Amino acid sequence: MSTPLDRRVVTERLLRGRGDALVVAGLGSTSYDVLKLGDNPLDFTLFGAMGAAAMIGLGLAKAQPSRRVVVITGDGEMLMGLGSLATIGVAQPSNLAIVVIDNGLFAETGMQRAHTGYGIDLAVMAQGARFASTETILTDEQLRAFEMRLYSAPGPLFAAVKVAPVPTTLTLPKTMDGTQLRGRFRQALLGERAYD
Amino acid sequence: MSDSAPAAWPDELYRVLLDANIRQIGYVPDAGHRRLIELCHANSSLTTLPLTTEEEGIGLSVGAYLGGQRSVLLLQSSGVGNTINLLSLPVECRIPLLMLVTMRGEWGEFVPWQVWMGQGTQAALEAMGVLVYRVDDREQVVETVRACLALAYNAGRQVAVLIGQRVIGTKQFR
Repeated sequence: MSTPLDRRVVTERLLRGRGDALVVAGLGSTSYDVLKLGDNPLDFTLFGAMGAAAMIGLGLAKAQPSRRVVVITGDGEMLMGLGSLATIGVAQPSNLAIVVIDNGLFAETGMQRAHTGYGIDLAVMAQGARFASTETILTDEQLRAFEMRLYSAPGPLFAAVKVAPVPTTLTLPKTMDGTQLRGRFRQALLGERAYD
Repeated sequence: MSDSAPAAWPDELYRVLLDANIRQIGYVPDAGHRRLIELCHANSSLTTLPLTTEEEGIGLSVGAYLGGQRSVLLLQSSGVGNTINLLSLPVECRIPLLMLVTMRGEWGEFVPWQVWMGQGTQAALEAMGVLVYRVDDREQVVETVRACLALAYNAGRQVAVLIGQRVIGTKQFR
């Protein structure tokens, strides 16, 4: 067994080739992971609304079909919105990727074992929901192969990346005010159309 | 749907939504929205999606708005209860949201289990900061939705239109 993947390293490697891709990060550790890489206005980081990340990604992907949309969220957050996988399967957005950073735990609330830690397989669920490709990533080699496909393969893509069950460190944005976060995301994406 | 007067309002409502440049429609089906859902599905320029739970529609609407598209969420009053925590997302971010809610659990309701959420719908929405407008006259459905489109998309508010069972017809079990 190889060394477990480190979530911060995984997030950095997945996003370094993003170009103009749009990123939705789920409550809460995955938001900290994404923010740790820098304050990018094309990131929409969530500090509430548990279970909504995948659907926000879907609405965004349908509204912006020429952009790649990457949702990075935790296994607990994904578990709360499992039905979203079915809805994404119906919608078949070719530009959407769902990446679950899976530590098998509810890390924010005291490291309680999550369903994923009992062997519940999110990638199989996504496969059942007709995602174009689904995988569970355990090794550096698998991660490297997924990095190559993340911004080019036709979606919807799903990957659960198994990471070491260690707590992440808190990284917060300059503001958590929702109106400012959404305003700056829309300004960066839409320019003057943000005020339509 | 009452037998005596076939409703024209869903067709008119559809045109109002198109005129307002609504592009994404998320729905959990309800008989009261049947005609509108059919019209939306028949238009391939719209993204019309069934949801497994009403919560998903809040995420969909927020994502659509972030991407520069307008949306509407069609649901039954029972499903309002499923959206409560997620309403904090559009309210906190002041992201426009328009929910068209067909009512159960009121006016002639036959099923006692439906009454609780039906009676709690308006209070639950208002507790989360959503503006609520109720319609009990089918002649006022379209103008109410038109006004609420303005509140949502011009004034940046989260708005629900409750369409009463007097409009859609009390669900019958035969």
